[in-house]
Amino acid sequence: MAAVRDFLTSFWQEGVKTLKILSRNKMGLFGLLMTTLIIFVSFVGPLIWPPETSANVKEINKGSSPAHWLGTDFQGQDNLRKIVNGGKDIVTIALVTGVLSMLIAVIVGSFSAFIGGRVDSILMDLVNVWLTIPKFPLLAVLATVLALKDVVTLSVLMAILDWPALARQVRSQVLSLKNREYIEAAVMLDLGTPRILFRELLPNMMSFIAISTIFEMTHAIYQQTGLVFLGIVPYSSANWGVMISAAERRGVLFNPQAAWSILAPIAAIVLFQLALVSFARSLDEVFNPRLRSSA
Amino acid sequence: MTTITASSVPEPTWRDGVRKIASSYLVRRLAKALFSIWLVATITFFVIRAMPGNAIDILMQDLTAQGVSPDDARNQAAALMGIDLDQPLPEQYLDYLSNVIHGNLGHSYRSAGLQVTTMITTVLPWTLFSVGLSLLITFVVGIVLGSIMAYKRDTWIDHLLSNLAATLDAISPYLIGLLAILFFGIIWKLVPITEMRGAMSSGMKPGFTIAFLADIFKHVRVLLLVYVLSSVGSWMLQMKSNTVATLGEDYVMVARARGLTDGRILTAYVGRNATLPLFTRLAISVGFIVGGSVLLETLFTYRGIGFLLAHAISERDYPVMQGVFLIITMSVIFSNLLADYVYGWLDPRVRISGEEN
Repeated sequence: MAAVRDFLTSFWQEGVKTLKILSRNKMGLFGLLMTTLIIFVSFVGPLIWPPETSANVKEINKGSSPAHWLGTDFQGQDNLRKIVNGGKDIVTIALVTGVLSMLIAVIVGSFSAFIGGRVDSILMDLVNVWLTIPKFPLLAVLATVLALKDVVTLSVLMAILDWPALARQVRSQVLSLKNREYIEAAVMLDLGTPRILFRELLPNMMSFIAISTIFEMTHAIYQQTGLVFLGIVPYSSANWGVMISAAERRGVLFNPQAAWSILAPIAAIVLFQLALVSFARSLDEVFNPRLRSSA
Repeated sequence: MTTITASSVPEPTWRDGVRKIASSYLVRRLAKALFSIWLVATITFFVIRAMPGNAIDILMQDLTAQGVSPDDARNQAAALMGIDLDQPLPEQYLDYLSNVIHGNLGHSYRSAGLQVTTMITTVLPWTLFSVGLSLLITFVVGIVLGSIMAYKRDTWIDHLLSNLAATLDAISPYLIGLLAILFFGIIWKLVPITEMRGAMSSGMKPGFTIAFLADIFKHVRVLLLVYVLSSVGSWMLQMKSNTVATLGEDYVMVARARGLTDGRILTAYVGRNATLPLFTRLAISVGFIVGGSVLLETLFTYRGIGFLLAHAISERDYPVMQGVFLIITMSVIFSNLLADYVYGWLDPRVRISGEEN
């Protein structure tokens, strides 16, 4: 367990170091702050500002005003308030899918790379076959037949469908790191597999893992909002995806006056995706000096 | 040290012949494609028949709820899906596979009497047309802009294009589609969005006439734009990093030292080598765009195969769902095969290393 503890300490030190470099990168800092803000608001916001329970017929489909910054929807409810209350599902789905699929990918990918030989080639052939199957139609069909009710099950399903692509990337990362001098030195010194894995290999892959997880998160958001649009995931909770489809179904798209109630959730999702990706891309620059601009 | 003598080289036997065919690049790819299709067909079978809460059970419940007696419901469901429920599961599976091979995908549950195969063949050309065309445009635009970004590295144009590409890459295609309708169609009123529904205007006769081509283009243009916008970002970024990497290669420096013109270095040395890895991306891109077509064709009411799938899902029309899903997957797998083949033809290293293994 000492190896795991060491890994966590070095992980923490790496994290602090990353934050220091990141604070010099404007895009990355924006991404990090915005992501933190969205996650914070999504989980704390509903406690302070709970959703409206009744419709307000006098204020239907209004534009922006001092009372309603983002206008009102087809029920006369405040859009900003719905945005604050509708982020929890999206954030949960993104986090659970991203972390779970990456976890499976790291385990299978590094296992495959370390074992090598026939197991490795069979696993990778299977992964390559899996990659040619279009995931969204498969997800749509499976989700319809399974009649999913809650966000966590949906996230698990998405993670199960999505991990193979990540595993292939993890494998090639491990393979390229495996032949570096410091890993070879560690093997020569006979430091033991857990120590090599947690002290030498994983810390050097952390940036890659973080970046891939984040990209998987944005992908999960895309898939979830798509499933809501197709009417596969139930409407029970009012998340951003549901807000978009509800507005779309009410013909808001063809009513310029009501544009606020569809633009608001789109903006929320786009902002979240952009924040995540700009954070990930700057991580790439932080860890990959070749990409760091000369400025 | 081992010495190689003439006697240690065995005579070629029929086994070597088989091994040679089996290791040939194209045959291996073909085998992989067939394996993928088998895998998808099997998954589909489990979803329809073997999984708890499978499609046939739901269909039977549905029919019983409409007042059909349980026995009749069972027979109707079986007839619609083209499956004999009285046989043991393994035989049902074999029957199902043979039906798929013969192109018999059952009958629609909602549109009575319509064969799933017929429904698919009427919409598939539209998806192939729109997805294929957008892929071509994306590929070309991505390569051109990506090279510009790499050549003008760290200038304002690189910063502008890089940020644009990263932004487009981050946003879901479905949201880009919604924004396109909202801004182009409703707020700025640039295109008549309601007239653009469907793949062509009603009463239009298909044929190679200018009126027909103009009409289908009118219907597809915004959809094309959305497809291109949603996938061009990642192409641009990858082309940029490939080109930057290639520019650092020794052979480029040698070409410069030899005094070759910039144009020649760009086309014959940098461009070719930087573009090559993009062909492997084509495979992933096809799947991504076709997957996105389920959402975008629905959004634009463009009657392609994605629209059909979304429609079948919303009506819980299971026979159509399974058929369309199979065909979507098969078309993606075959386009991958094509991309693999083209790649092997463009880059002999891939073919040769395939034969050595």
